[in-house]
Amino acid sequence: MDLGNVAIQLLSGMTVAGYLFMVSAGMTLVFGAMRVINIAHGSFYMYAAFIVAAIVGKGTGASGMFWVALLVAPLIVAAMGTATEVTIMRRIYTKEHLTQLLATFALFYIFADVALQIWGGAFRSVQAAPVLTGQVNVLGRSFPKYNFFVMGVAVVVGVAMWLLLQRTKLGWRIRAAVEDPELLAATGTNVRLLFTTVFTIGALLAGVAGAVVAPLVSVAPGLDAGILVEAFIVAVIGGLGSIAGAAIGAIILGLFQAIGILWVPTWASAFTYIAMILVLAVRPWGLLGTPER
Amino acid sequence: MMLDVREIHTYYGQSYILQGVSLTVGEGEVVTLLGRNGAGKTTTLRSVMGLTPARRGHVVLEGREITHRPTYAISRLGIAFVPSGRRIFSDLTVRQNLELAAHDGVAGEAVWTIERVHKVFPKLAELDSRRAGFLSGGEQQMLKLGRALVANPKLLLLDEPTEGLAPAVVGQLGEWLQLLKDEGMSMLLCEQNALFALRLASRGYILEKGRIQHEAPAAELRDSPEVRTYLGV
Repeated sequence: MDLGNVAIQLLSGMTVAGYLFMVSAGMTLVFGAMRVINIAHGSFYMYAAFIVAAIVGKGTGASGMFWVALLVAPLIVAAMGTATEVTIMRRIYTKEHLTQLLATFALFYIFADVALQIWGGAFRSVQAAPVLTGQVNVLGRSFPKYNFFVMGVAVVVGVAMWLLLQRTKLGWRIRAAVEDPELLAATGTNVRLLFTTVFTIGALLAGVAGAVVAPLVSVAPGLDAGILVEAFIVAVIGGLGSIAGAAIGAIILGLFQAIGILWVPTWASAFTYIAMILVLAVRPWGLLGTPER
Repeated sequence: MMLDVREIHTYYGQSYILQGVSLTVGEGEVVTLLGRNGAGKTTTLRSVMGLTPARRGHVVLEGREITHRPTYAISRLGIAFVPSGRRIFSDLTVRQNLELAAHDGVAGEAVWTIERVHKVFPKLAELDSRRAGFLSGGEQQMLKLGRALVANPKLLLLDEPTEGLAPAVVGQLGEWLQLLKDEGMSMLLCEQNALFALRLASRGYILEKGRIQHEAPAAELRDSPEVRTYLGV
C-alpha cells in the first residue's frame, strides 16, 4: 500500500463526501424546519443529472453547454421543488409520519416513472467542460481534475449555507422555524411561504449535487434510490436537522468508504453501514443532533 | 373598540374548549382574563391570534373580522402575542430575536424601535449578541416583551407573564406594563395571579370551563370575597 494510492483513495472519499454533503444538507434542512423526511429528495438529484446529460448531449462539440447545463439544471429542479411543495408537501406537514412516508414514497415512484418516460432507461455519460477534464499528478499517481471541482463546489455550497443561516434574516427565520414555527408565525412571519422557500432550497441543493456529479457517474434510472440511502445515512450520522452535521457525516462516510476500498475492497460498501452503526451506537440522535424534542 | 370577541367556540381536535366566549377590549384599555388552570385562558388568546382558530363565532379587531386570518397576518394587523414560559428563539441571539419580530406596525411608523427597547430594557442592549437560550428567566421575559413591542402592535396579548418569575421580577414586570398602559397600549392579560392582574386592569372577566362566568370592573373584582377565595388572592 503506497502513499500515492492512499492519497488517491482519500481524495476520492472526499469527492464522495462533497456531493453527499450537498444532497443531505438539503434533506436535513427540510427535515429541520418541516419535520418531514422526503423520500423523493434523491429524485431531484437524479433529475438534475438527467437534465445536464440532455443539455450537454444535444450540444456536442459546444463545450459552453456544460456550464449552461450546470446552471440551468439546478434551477429547473428547484422549480420542481417549489411545485411539489405547493401541491403535495404542505398538505402533509401536520400528518403522522406514516402518511408522510407513503406520500413522499409515492412521489419517488412517480418521479422515477416520469424520468423513464422522458429519458428512457439507457445509460448516458456526460463530458465535462474541457477545462475540467484531464488528470492531475498526486504523489506520483494521476487523479481526475474534475473531482477537485466537485469538492470545490461542495465547499462553496457549504459556506453559502453557513452565511445564509447565520447572516441573513431568511436564515434566522429558518432557524427559528426549526425551534418554534408557531411562535414564528405569531411574530409576523408567513411560515407557509417560508416552508415553500426552504423546500425549494432543499431541492436546489440536491439539484446542484446531481448536476455536478453527472460527469462522474453513469446517468441512468436508479440514481435516485442510491443517493437517497446514502444521503439519509449521512444526515442521520450528522444528526437530522443539522447542516454542520451533514458536512461531518458526509466526510465520515466518504472516508470510511475510502478506507474500505483500501483495506478490504470486496467489502467496501459495508463500511457505509458500519460507519452508521458505530455513530448511532454512541449517539442515537447523531453527532450534532439533539435528542427528540 | 379595539378587540371584540363574539361568542367563540374553539376545539382542540375533539375537545370542546371554548364554549361561547365573548369579551371586549377598548382602545387603550387593560382587561384581564382570570381563571384556573385549564379554564381556557390560553385557548382564548390562541383563538384571537389565529393559532387555534375558533370554529364558530367572530374575532373582530377595530371593526375588521380576523377570525380565520392566518396568524402572521393577524400579527401584522397589530396584535402581538407574549406567550407564557420560555418561548424565545433560544438558538438565535437577542438581537436576532428582536429583528425577526420588528416591523413598522399598521400605521407605518415605528414608535418602538430596537433602540427604544434598549432604552427601556438596558439589559437587552448589554445582551445584544448573547444567545437567547442563555438568558435568565427575567431576561427572557424582557426579551419576550421587547419582541412584542418592536412589532408596534395596537394590542398586546399576555399569557401568564408572571408565571415562574421571582417576586422581584414580578414587581418590575408590573412597572413595565404600567408604563405601556400609560402610553395607551391596549392589553388583554391572562393571569392566575389575580392580585397582579387586577392592579393593572380596569376590567376583568372570570373564565371557568370555557365560559365567561363573570365580568366586572377591577375594583369590584378585587373586593369581591368570592373572587378572593376562588382565585386565592
